[in-house]
Order: sequence, then structure tokens, then C-alpha cells
Amino acid sequence: MPSNKSVSNAPITQFVNCRILRDHKLQREDLWVREGRILDPEKLFFDEEGYADQRVDCEGLIIAPGFIDVQINGGYGIDFSQATSNVRGGVALVAKKILEHGVTSFLPTLVTSPPNIYHKVLTEVKVHSGGVEGAGVLGCHLEGPFISLEKKGAHPEQYLRSFQLGGMLDLIETYGTLDNVAMVTLAPELPNSEKVVRELTQRGITVSLGHSVANLSQAEEAVQHGASFITHLFNAMLPFHHRDPGIVGLLTSDQVPQDRMVFYGMIADGIHTNSAALRIAHRAHPTGLVLVTDAITAMGLPPGRHTLGQQVIEIQGLHAYVAGTKTLSGSIATMDMCVRHFKQASGCSVEEALEAASLHPAQLLGISHYKGTLDYGADADLVLLDDALNVRATYIAGQEVWRK
Amino acid sequence: MKLIILNDYDQVGEWAAKYIRNKIRRFNPGPDRFFILGLPTGGTPLGCYKKLIEFYKKGEISFKYVKTFNMDEYVGIARNHPESYHSFMWNNLFKHIDIKSENTHILDGNAPNLVEECDSFEEKIKAAGGIDLFVGGIGPDGHIAFNEPGSSLLSRTRVKTLAQDTILANARFFDGDLSKVPTMALTVGVATVMDAREVMILITGVHKAFALYKAIEEGVNHMWTVSAFQQHPQTVFVCDEDATLELRVKTVKYFQGMMHVHNKLVDPLPSK
Repeated sequence: MPSNKSVSNAPITQFVNCRILRDHKLQREDLWVREGRILDPEKLFFDEEGYADQRVDCEGLIIAPGFIDVQINGGYGIDFSQATSNVRGGVALVAKKILEHGVTSFLPTLVTSPPNIYHKVLTEVKVHSGGVEGAGVLGCHLEGPFISLEKKGAHPEQYLRSFQLGGMLDLIETYGTLDNVAMVTLAPELPNSEKVVRELTQRGITVSLGHSVANLSQAEEAVQHGASFITHLFNAMLPFHHRDPGIVGLLTSDQVPQDRMVFYGMIADGIHTNSAALRIAHRAHPTGLVLVTDAITAMGLPPGRHTLGQQVIEIQGLHAYVAGTKTLSGSIATMDMCVRHFKQASGCSVEEALEAASLHPAQLLGISHYKGTLDYGADADLVLLDDALNVRATYIAGQEVWRK
Repeated sequence: MKLIILNDYDQVGEWAAKYIRNKIRRFNPGPDRFFILGLPTGGTPLGCYKKLIEFYKKGEISFKYVKTFNMDEYVGIARNHPESYHSFMWNNLFKHIDIKSENTHILDGNAPNLVEECDSFEEKIKAAGGIDLFVGGIGPDGHIAFNEPGSSLLSRTRVKTLAQDTILANARFFDGDLSKVPTMALTVGVATVMDAREVMILITGVHKAFALYKAIEEGVNHMWTVSAFQQHPQTVFVCDEDATLELRVKTVKYFQGMMHVHNKLVDPLPSK
């Protein structure tokens, strides 16, 4: 049955035989898409007297909003923190491959690097929509170099910096530009950090706390100045202490401004966080949990040695260490693996597991009116999954971009 | 009048759906002859709609050449409000079947000129050739559509202020908040439904029993507007046992005795 041509010539697709994630519930409803966005079929019926041009039979699969990965350092041999001769090509390769994991948007993440790396990479990697070529880039996540020495983790010590020029000047000098930057991870205990947090927040850049030895009140102050995320909770920060919970205490802090919420990234690969710790965080603050892969170069590659930033890492089974040490240097789990592991370890519902990878990162980035949701008008970035949460197909703007 | 007495709500829904299905099949609609169906909303017809959707999915019925006219719609709530009758019809019937939007007609409670909207609805029914089968329910006060007690039995489609009883009955669809329930509605008149070639009324539940008694065992009376159908040549009342609790045993036994004949109207499935 043809769509009504008086309003729009664009073809209308109707996904049938599916269960969609809407209003926090899986519902037996069809999903309608036109011009890359979710369409309101009731409005189409009554206002336009239109109907679908084509139907896609989902054979009982789940349709969830496409996953959004806000912390991914590379993969398939690509390292975003390396200034190769083809930075754009590297990002594009990873963007294409992660479609298989249900990821439709991501933040290419750069670990602590020298200024020349930032200057090169940030001029090459631009915000752009996804499509058949790969997942969309929402901006870069700059994890460092304004972090704590004691909690550098796998970051190279020699490139760590502080706000010695007063704050923003340090950022401009180090990064070169803040265009195409979606998130910055910093340690709020560094002097002059509050000016930086406020300025970045004002520019619409998400400020995340991480790789830090901040105590709870320092963390709360940063949140009051605009910080809204915690980079890989538990990792690279002071452990929870009952008299000073540190950054972890933000999950239940009463100092967070009323109209805002603190989100926290979790690497749910079964390695970076003990399941019991994952459950404590989830139960304390379920709506703030954001699944991230923190995937490194080696994700998708066979075991062995690979580069990450300015250092060498080693894969041993499912673990990735800084070569020669037992310091974890990132994960090689894929986003869909994280979703499955999170569900299994936390005992949460399917809806919660899917929202932790889609709705919550979209809310964190302030884009939940058009990403991370299947509400009418949102971008039709979709992931089709079976009941075991294996990815069967991925769509961007209503177009199929990968199928198993 | 045929009075069909079944055991429970589900059986009523199934019998009514089969009746509609068979009527449409026997009519054999096509691009030049549409089957015109009048439809109600509310809790009573839901079971019937579910069954109709089932029959459509099984391939036993198509709505491609069916036109529908709904009985009523609230005034002043948004068309996509979850409690509007547009939303009800979309969610409970239209979105599951192959009916074309241009063949559905529901009064527009947000029309700039409500009287004109009502008059034009009557014109549309006339232009379609009149209603072949009008399906309706009955209120606890015996009303058909929003023709509340005291409505003229000769009334046509018009704006009505809703009775307190109706507002109370509807409150459950508006979170129990009386202030949220619409106070006016557009409704087909008693005579509009009487003009249909055939009428089927569904009545289920003990709270409708008294209204059913008033409708079929007492006289034609504008205080119980469904009683008007005593003067319609082709009416079917389909009810469950609970709804018969105020009827005379004699009436119930009489019609139960005819079930084996009446059931032939619904089974078997007529061939196309």
C-alpha cells in the first residue's frame, strides 16, 4: 500500500513482528520509519492517510535503540591516540566494524598524549552522522592529560599535565582546538580545575571525573560546576571508604543539583570490575549506569603485543595489560558482550541492560531527544537482537548497515 | 429482535466478531460496493475487536473494502490523547488490520465548528449509501452512544453535554480524576443509528442488566434510549448471562431455545 504523496515522497518502512523498547518496556508494537526518523503511525494514518511502502519482518526479534559507546580507544589494530598518516581512515575502519556489535554512535577516545597528537587527530576527526560506512562520530572523548599522577593507570606519565596556565589556556595549548570534542576526562583535585569544568560545561562539552584521587567533596564541587560523568567507575580512583567515599560517593551524593544527575561509566567485561562491585553500583544508582567498552587497539585482534597511545600492551586471554606489568590497560570486550555480561552479572531486566548502552549515554550527552530512544521523531538508529541479546542486524537512519 | 445469550464476555466478543465477519463475507464487498460498518468504543467491544483482528490475520476477512463510521468522540481533548476515541480505534483495531484511513470516519471533537462537523458526518453517511451494520454498546443508564436519558428518539448527530453518570463511568480512563474527564461529546443520534439497515448491540456485565431489562422488556422510552430499537426491523442483542439477571426467566428461556438457529449465523464460515 503506497504512502501518501501529498506530504512526503519519502518511502515509509514498517518493522513488523518485533518487540520494541519504548517507555522503558519491551512492547509488541510495530516500528515505523521515514526519512531516517521514527514515525508516528497514528499521525500518519489520521493526518496523512498514509501507510507503509515496505515491511521488514523482524521474526520476533527485539528492536532497541542503537548502542552508543562513549569510551573506545580503538580496535582492529587501530589506535585513535596514534597520529598515523590516515587518522580518518583508522576511525572509519573501527566505525564500520563496531556496527557488528550494535554500536551506531561513538566517541573516539584519546588517552593522555603529547600536544602534537591532539593537534593532528582533532583536526582530522569530525563529528558526522553514521551510515552504511560506519557508526556516527558524536565527537571525541579526551581522557587526559589533566589527570592525577597516582592514578594514571596505563597513561604515559611524561605527558600528564596540570592547569599551570590557569585552566583554559592549558587546554587550548594542549589540544589545539575544542571543536569536535564531546567529552573531557579530568581530575578535579588539580588546582584551577573548577574554571575549566565550568567553561567546558558552558561550551556543551561533557566533563567527566576520572584518573583522580579526589575526595568526595572535591568531586561534589566539580559536579556543582558542571561535571556530569565518572570515567570507568572504581578504576583509577580512590577506593570507596566509609568515611570518605571519594568519587564513588557521587552515586548517592545529596550535593548533586536537583535538576541534574551524575552518570557513571562501567566496563562490564567481567575483568575491570568484580560483579559484586558492579551490583553495588547498579543498585545504588541504576539510572546513571552507562556501559562503555574502553576498548583498545587489540579489540577484535588475535592475542599478542599491540600499541596503545605511547605504550605497548599485551593480550593474555581476555585480559589486556601494560606490557611487563599487571596494570590493566583497557578492555577488548565488545559493546554487545558488555550488555550481556551486565545483564547476567547484575540480574537486571533486558530493558535496563539495553538502556544502559543506549538511553543513558544519550541522556549523558544531552541528545536523548534524537538518540538512544525509539520515540517518535528520534533518529532511526536501531539494533535488532535475539532474546539472548546477540546482535542480528544494525540500522542507521532507517537503513540496514549490517546483518548477521 | 434476536437476543443472543452467551456464557461470558469472551464468548460475546467471539460471537459478535463472527457475526460481523460473516456479514461482510456474504456481502462480498469490492471497489464499487463497500460494506459500511458503524462502530463503538469502550470496554464492551474490545473482545470483539480482538477477535476481528484474529480473523483478519487468519485471512478470513479483509477490511480493504469496508468503510467505518464511529459513534462518537469527546470534545476538546487532543486527537492523540490516549483516551480519545481516535486513539482507541487506532490502537485497538485500525493499526492491526488492512483498513484504509480514508475509509474510516470519526467525529472530530476539535473541529472549529462543531455543529457543521456533526452535519457533515450525517452527509458522509448518506454519501456512503447508509450504514449496513451499526454495532453499539449500552450504558448503565440505557444510553446508546452518548444519547443520554432524555435524548430525543428522533435525534441526529449533534453535540451533547455528558451526564454525571457517564462522566463517573469514564473517570476510570482518566486516572480516576473527574476534573480530567471531558464534559461534552459529539455523538450520532438515536435516529442516525435507527437508519442503519441492521443494528447489533453488545451488552455484558451485571451492571448493564437493568438497562437491558428496560431496553427490551419495558416500553419504548426516551429515558432508556436503547429501547428505540424495539422499533427497528433488524436488531441483534448479544449479551452474557450476567447481563440477563434482570430479565424474566421466560424471556431468557425463550431466546436460549432459539440459540441453535441463531448460531447458524456465525458458524460455519461462509465461502467467499
